[in-house]
Amino acid sequence: MTVADLLQITGNPYLSFLVWTVLLLTTLYFARKPIHRTVMSFSKIIKNAMRLSSISVLNAGEKLAQRNREVLISAGMEHTERLLEREFDRITTAVTRDLDAYPSLHRNLADLTTRLEEDYNESAEVPPSLPTWMPIIESIAKIKHSGDSMIATMLGEINKTLTQQHKTAIEEYRSSIAARHIIMSKMLPYWRQVQKSLDSVGKTVTNLTVRAQTIDNYMEEYEKIRSQEDQAVRKLSSSSLTQFFIAGLVLLIAFGGALINFNLIALPMSEMVGGASYIGPYKTSDVAGLVIILVELTMGLFLLESLRITRLFPVISSMDDKMRHRMILITVTILIILAGVESALAFMRDRIAYDLEALRQTLAGVEQTALLSSRIPTIGQMVMGFILPFALAFVAIPLESFITSSRTVLGIFGVGFLQTISFLLRLLGTTSYFLGRFVVNAYDLVIFPTIWLEGAITSSWHKTHTEINQEDIRQSQDEETDADGLTDERLHYKEQEQ
Amino acid sequence: MRKLITVLLLTVIMMYGCTDTKTHSKGVYMLLDTSGTYAIELKKAQSIINYLLGVLQPGDTLAVARIDTGSFSEKDIIATVNFDTRPSVSNRQKLVFQKTVNEFVASVKSSPYTDISGGVLQAIEHLNEAASGQQYILIFSDLKEELAKGHIRDVPFQLSHCTVIALNVTKLRTDIRDPKQYMERVAEWQAKVEIGNGCWRVINDLERLDNLFTVR
Repeated sequence: MTVADLLQITGNPYLSFLVWTVLLLTTLYFARKPIHRTVMSFSKIIKNAMRLSSISVLNAGEKLAQRNREVLISAGMEHTERLLEREFDRITTAVTRDLDAYPSLHRNLADLTTRLEEDYNESAEVPPSLPTWMPIIESIAKIKHSGDSMIATMLGEINKTLTQQHKTAIEEYRSSIAARHIIMSKMLPYWRQVQKSLDSVGKTVTNLTVRAQTIDNYMEEYEKIRSQEDQAVRKLSSSSLTQFFIAGLVLLIAFGGALINFNLIALPMSEMVGGASYIGPYKTSDVAGLVIILVELTMGLFLLESLRITRLFPVISSMDDKMRHRMILITVTILIILAGVESALAFMRDRIAYDLEALRQTLAGVEQTALLSSRIPTIGQMVMGFILPFALAFVAIPLESFITSSRTVLGIFGVGFLQTISFLLRLLGTTSYFLGRFVVNAYDLVIFPTIWLEGAITSSWHKTHTEINQEDIRQSQDEETDADGLTDERLHYKEQEQ
Repeated sequence: MRKLITVLLLTVIMMYGCTDTKTHSKGVYMLLDTSGTYAIELKKAQSIINYLLGVLQPGDTLAVARIDTGSFSEKDIIATVNFDTRPSVSNRQKLVFQKTVNEFVASVKSSPYTDISGGVLQAIEHLNEAASGQQYILIFSDLKEELAKGHIRDVPFQLSHCTVIALNVTKLRTDIRDPKQYMERVAEWQAKVEIGNGCWRVINDLERLDNLFTVR
């Protein structure tokens, strides 16, 4: 007995189909409400689950954003603190330098002032005046004589003496004036020195004022960051993104340099550690070359840490100055040794490459005279081998920027990712809800003859109870409205408002 | 700093201790058929050896031996070298090796019989002593074995982890008349090798030597 036989309950297949349809529609009609409830509750379950998940993810995103903000502010504060610290250091240096020199400057100025005073006093001395008896003699000399030769002679002598005395006095006066002028001209360099010293002091004071202004600006910025102003956070975020991309670019360049460096030393390293041994799938010589480059990078890192240019290792930057100086000395020495080793390896590489080419030509039966033996590539490789370790040592600076900024950038991307997930979850929930409604409507569409029949029967049998029925319908509509999720939408709006 | 140096030293020691010098090394044993008319093909063998010298790396082993009446003998080894791990020394070894092979090719005399099996047995022994990670036996021959009276070669080959590559397997006059003979000859050698857990390959086009050490 086949399924078709089972389905054929009458002899006529059309009649059987009709009977089955009626039976099916009747069953579906009676199962309508439970199925509606089941579908709607299922879609609500999905919607609520998605909504809760979305809220949870959104909360996580907000927490991450808050954390990101804290990290950003902390980084910004640290950066500004470093700038302030540097400015204070500069001021301290300037003040120490100038104040150290101040006693000598003061002494110098005092000496100069004393000298100037002395010179002034010297220049102010009154020239020697004529003797006090000179007016008496002058009066006698001016007496008119009556021709007495003796008196005339005497008066003539007196006049002569007087004239001579005048002449001497004028000469003395002139010499005194000249001496004063000489003293005054000697005072000029002292004045200039005083002027210079005062100018220097003025410049220092101006410099200090400018520095103080810079510190004020930094402090203002620091205060903004500390008060967690949005503007400051946005500025820091933008700065962090810029730093991330610039540092990434520089690191890529450094990676290229490291790659060239590696190729420069990998082949000759096989002369030192052997070309036949392997560590896992990698040649030992390659690993050794890589280790040398990594050691160079590490030494560069330690050097810049010791110089307090980077702050990746607080232990190093917090060391006392003596220990730091020792560390600088050690790292620089190791870097120089490694640079020397690399230079030697570069030379060896050139020799090996030359030998290999010679071997290839011999094996191929080509004359070896075709080989060029210029020293320029050798010297070039050696210079590169010496310079690259020092160039790589500076990778620590972009590395620090990259690490610092990557925290913020990853945080921003994380927040974006969580927000997207939250949106997708909410979208999924809403879609599942409306899908449920669609299924309910489609169900009703399939069994529409029974619903229509129900309506027709109800309207004819309960004409008198229209109002009661209408009330029932209203109630059922309210229920449906509730089922439609309007309440949920209201709740959703409430949540949004909150 | 002292701790750092200690850690670095320990790392270096551990790395040195963990280094593997055998797994990646190649051991190549090449058999040159010097019997009858095949001796004239040795010029081609010379170019193969030059190719091998070009591709083999420091730490690899190369041996070239002749196939004559009784090949299961160290006396038939023309040249053997275990390349030094330093490239500069290895290069010098290659030059010396090439010179030895050239001298042999210039002065070779053809042998009346062809003891390929004896040569293969000798190759297995030699490669096992070298203990290379990858072992290759290259047979430069037409694979037509002709044993002298009294020579017994019914010993099965022990070719685990070994690849046997037949190079330049030329067709004999009888093969041209009846290709089945050629196919049976090759199949017979393939069976011998595969029974001994070896891997069998044939390369007749010498322009495709770059696939020589390709693992299949």
